[in-house]
Amino acid sequence: MKHHYLKNVVTLQLDDDKCNGCGVCLNVCPHGVLGSEEKKVQIVDRNACMECGACAANCPFNAITVNAGVGCAAAIIKGALTGREPSCGCGENCC
Amino acid sequence: MITGEGASKSCCGRGLSAVEEQMSSCIQTPAGAHWSKGTIDTPSGKVLKISTELEFRDISGSWKARWGINRMRYTVPPGLYGVDNPDNTSPVFVTANYKMSFDRLRKELAGLNAWIMVLDTKGINVWCAAGKGTFGTAELVRRIAAVVLSRIVSHRTIILPQLGAPGVSAHEVRRQSGFNVVYGPVRASDIKAFLKAGMKATREMRTVKFGFVDRLVLTPVELAGIWKPVAIIAAALVIAAMTGLVTVTFSGLYPFAGAILMGAVVAPVLLPWIPGRAFSWKGWLMGFLWTLAVLRLHGGLAQTGTIWNMSALLFLLPAISAFLTMNFTGASTYTSLSGVKKEMRFAVPVIIVLAVAGIGSWLIGRF
Repeated sequence: MKHHYLKNVVTLQLDDDKCNGCGVCLNVCPHGVLGSEEKKVQIVDRNACMECGACAANCPFNAITVNAGVGCAAAIIKGALTGREPSCGCGENCC
Repeated sequence: MITGEGASKSCCGRGLSAVEEQMSSCIQTPAGAHWSKGTIDTPSGKVLKISTELEFRDISGSWKARWGINRMRYTVPPGLYGVDNPDNTSPVFVTANYKMSFDRLRKELAGLNAWIMVLDTKGINVWCAAGKGTFGTAELVRRIAAVVLSRIVSHRTIILPQLGAPGVSAHEVRRQSGFNVVYGPVRASDIKAFLKAGMKATREMRTVKFGFVDRLVLTPVELAGIWKPVAIIAAALVIAAMTGLVTVTFSGLYPFAGAILMGAVVAPVLLPWIPGRAFSWKGWLMGFLWTLAVLRLHGGLAQTGTIWNMSALLFLLPAISAFLTMNFTGASTYTSLSGVKKEMRFAVPVIIVLAVAGIGSWLIGRF
């Protein structure tokens, strides 16, 4: 069963002009968010994106941008309390 | 084990360059570790040979880590290791120095000749470390140089777990180290099929699932995480009971224990079958159903005393479950930062209002 979280919130952006269709991003996406057609990559399941940032980090052409981070409520609470970016800022309990 | 140029000497203390000391890779010497079985001579020194069989203590160690026992010290020293009789043509697998990550990998390499390069991820698993960047381009490039991988293998390919990709830029690794990164399957159990297919992972191998069992094994961490606040509240109740302010009874406490279980275990396990998308909503719904069951068990209004007691439970219990399930977003494998932020903007104020209303109702009912 494929999980889907909230709709229409993710920050994933693909720049068609920069993409040369190498497909590295397809290989690193853990949720099948990207697909390719006629040597161009496309976003085929946007709502399945978890903003891990693997595609953007591995795109040699900087064609993908995403505000990557941890989708973790505890990290966001901790970040809000300490004024830092949310991160699994491990004490004994983290992801 | 090789941790660097000085590796032919003993690991810690002698013969290490300043750079290596900064890497602080020598946490302990693993020579006596139960999973090591001898050494392999290589052009860059002796490499520890490791077993591919998991023993009882490996499995029990995993369970302890899942319950939060000794979790942050469940590590393997970073460096290079050998499986069976690897040579300069053998594949190189990269993993994190969380022992559970290391164990999963070595178990699946049984029957292969291979190298394992363990990165220093501060004892964090591959995916989380990649998110933080400790399983990342910089550490990978540094480790390739430190173990002098170019002298050990004649090929220039390293296989990374796909879930390490958020921290790594494959093109940068190639530019800085000369090694080509190939992303392997998500699950170590697919490694042999991946190698057989000529280092190609199918779409299936590339997809993260989050099935019933995956969710179930993560619930102990949730429970372990709330152990402390629960203990504090319990201690406060005991003290309050001694002063005679409140009476603590089993029938007064089990509704709360149930709400915790609903939020931290039942809702996570039943996740995809509970309608809706937001985790806090799913938790709230489970907590609400539980509260209805509790009220029914108590014989409804007649037994719970007053309308105030009843509304206290209806406000408070589902709010506890909602909060705990919202926290499971961190353990889940598909929630985005943007999504969780959006959920929390709504859920956190609602949970606070419900909790205040619940406690308020209880106080009104008492006095």
